[in-house]
Amino acid sequence: MSDPTLSFDEAMEQFDPVLGFEVHVELNTKTKMFSSAPNAFGDHPNSNVNEVDLGLPGVLPVVNKAAVESSIKIGLALNCEIAEYCRFARKNYFYPDTPKNFQTSQYDEPIAHDGWIDIELEDGEVFRVEIERAHMEEDAGKLTHMGGATGRIQGAEYSLVDYNRAGVPLVEIVTKPIVGAGRRAPELARAYVSAIREIVKNLGVSDARMERGNVRCDANVSLMPKGATKFGIRSETKNVNSLRSVEHAVRHEIQRHAAVLASGGKVTQETRHWHEDTRTTTAGRPKSDADDYRYFPEPDLVPIVATREWVESLRAQLPEPPAERRKRLKAAWGYSDPEFRDVVNAGVMDAIEETIAAGATPAAARKWWMGEIVGRAKVADVDPGELGVTSEAIVELNGLVEGGKLNNKMAGQVLDGVIAGEGTPTQVMEARGLVLVSDDGALLEAIDSALAAQPDVAEKIRGGKVQAVGAIVGGVMKATRGQADAGRVRELILEKLGVNA
Amino acid sequence: MAEITRDDVAHLAQLARIEMSADELDRMAGELAHIVDAVKSVSEVAGPDIPATSHPIALRNVFREDSVGHVLTPTEALSGAPDAADDRFKVPAILDEE
Repeated sequence: MSDPTLSFDEAMEQFDPVLGFEVHVELNTKTKMFSSAPNAFGDHPNSNVNEVDLGLPGVLPVVNKAAVESSIKIGLALNCEIAEYCRFARKNYFYPDTPKNFQTSQYDEPIAHDGWIDIELEDGEVFRVEIERAHMEEDAGKLTHMGGATGRIQGAEYSLVDYNRAGVPLVEIVTKPIVGAGRRAPELARAYVSAIREIVKNLGVSDARMERGNVRCDANVSLMPKGATKFGIRSETKNVNSLRSVEHAVRHEIQRHAAVLASGGKVTQETRHWHEDTRTTTAGRPKSDADDYRYFPEPDLVPIVATREWVESLRAQLPEPPAERRKRLKAAWGYSDPEFRDVVNAGVMDAIEETIAAGATPAAARKWWMGEIVGRAKVADVDPGELGVTSEAIVELNGLVEGGKLNNKMAGQVLDGVIAGEGTPTQVMEARGLVLVSDDGALLEAIDSALAAQPDVAEKIRGGKVQAVGAIVGGVMKATRGQADAGRVRELILEKLGVNA
Repeated sequence: MAEITRDDVAHLAQLARIEMSADELDRMAGELAHIVDAVKSVSEVAGPDIPATSHPIALRNVFREDSVGHVLTPTEALSGAPDAADDRFKVPAILDEE
C-alpha cells in the first residue's frame, strides 16, 4: 500500500523543506575499532572476529590509533573543531547484530563538531551545509533473515548472524538542519552524500563503496509552510544507500509529507524504510521507549586527548580537497563548463590529468578520453580506466596522428588493438599493416580512377559545387581501404579540377 | 528521598530485559530510591569544582597500533553459541519491525 503524495511542484508551492543527514562512513583500517581482528569485506562468516567483537565476558577493548587519526582527518576535512578531550559511551539496546548488548559510540563528547562544507550543484549554485558533529563508533554484525518467503524480516523463522562487520570503525557525520534548499532539496541531498563520499575517499580513510555499505545515509525530511521558521515534524528514512536513492527518497518524503499536511493531517515522527523498486517509503517503528538508550561513559576505555601538535600534524597530511582540485584543474586545462562537467561525470578526470602529465596537451587528452575511450568503455560496460589504455599509449597514438602517420579512422583501429592487448600503438600499427598513404603519386592514381568512375560528380565540382567533392574523396578512401589522408585527398582533387575551395 | 516509582522500575526492567514479578517491582521501587540516595551522598563531598570522572585512574590516549593480531576461527567463535548454521550464529526470529 502506498501513501498518497502531492506532485513535487504542488508541494513546493506550499511548503519549504528542511533536511538533515546522518552519514555513516566505514573506515578502511586494517583492524577493528576496539580489537585486533581484521577489518575486511567479503570473508568467510565469523572468520574476522575475536573475543572482544563477540562481547565475551572479561574482555578489554583497546582503541585503534589509526581509526582515531582517520576520524580527526574527516573532522578537519569538514572544517570541524576537534575536541581536545572526548570519551566513548555505551549506547544500550538489545538486538542480535550487537553481541555486547550495547554499541560503543560517542554521546555528548564527539571527537569533531561545528564544521561545514560547501556543496556545489551541477549548475554551479553553492549551498553551505553545516556539520553538527562527527563521532566515532563501531559497526554491527550482519543479519540474514531465513525461512520467510522474501528474505526479509517479516515472516522469517530465524536469523543467521555474521559478526565479521561487528566492531568495524565507523564515523557518523551529522548535519545541522538544512533550510533554504527549496525545490533543489533532492539534488542537494544527492550532492551532499556524494561530496562526503568523495571527501573520505580522497582522504584515503574509507573505500567509500556505497554498494558495499562503506557509506550509508539516513535522511531526515520535514516541511514547514512557506515563509514559516518553525520546523515541522520530521521522518527519518533509514539506509538509503545509493546516490540516486538519496535523491529519490528525499523527493518522495517531501511529496508524502505535503499530502499529509495539505489534507490537514499531522506527520508522524518515525523511521521510514526505503524501497528502491517502488521508490517509496513505508513506516518503520515510531519513537518509543525502546529509544531510551541509557548512554553512559564507557568505563573500559580512557579519554582521548587530541593535542594541538597531533591535530596539526594530521592537518598537514590532508590532501587537496576534491572541490578545490577540480577548480584548479579546470582553470589549468581551459575546458568550458560543459566540457569539464562531462569529463567529471565520465569519471576520467584523473586519467586526463595523468595523460597531460605524460606529455599530451589538455585538448588532445580530452579528445582521446572523451572522444574515443569513454565510448568504447560504455560498449564494453566497464569503467574507462579498466580498458587498460595507458597515458603513454595515448601520447604515442596522438603523436602518430599529428605526425601524419595515421588518420583518425586508422588511429581508432590502433586504439582497438591496444585495448585488445596487441602492444603499443606503433606495434599495433605495424602488425596490422596500417600505413597512411600520403604519397601523392599513389593518391593521384586513385583520384583519377575515382573521377573517371563518377564523371557527373566531377562535372558538378568543376561547375563550382565544391561540397560534391565528398563523393570523390569517399571513392578514394574506399580504393585505399581507408588508409589515405582525407585532407590531402581533398586538396589534390580540387587542385586537379582547378577549383578554388 | 529520591522518587522512583513502580512504573520507573518496570520501564527499566523492560529496557534491561529483566523479568520481574509484581512483588519485586514494589520492593525494588523502595530499594532503588535508597540506592540513588546513597549514591547522591557523593555530591556532599564533591562540589561543583570537582569534575565528573568515568575512570578511576587518570589515564588518557591508550591506543593500539593498527596491525592484525589475535583472531578466532569460525569454529572457535561459534563454540559457545546455543545454535548455529552455515558458520553463523542462529537466533530466533526477530519481532517484526516494519
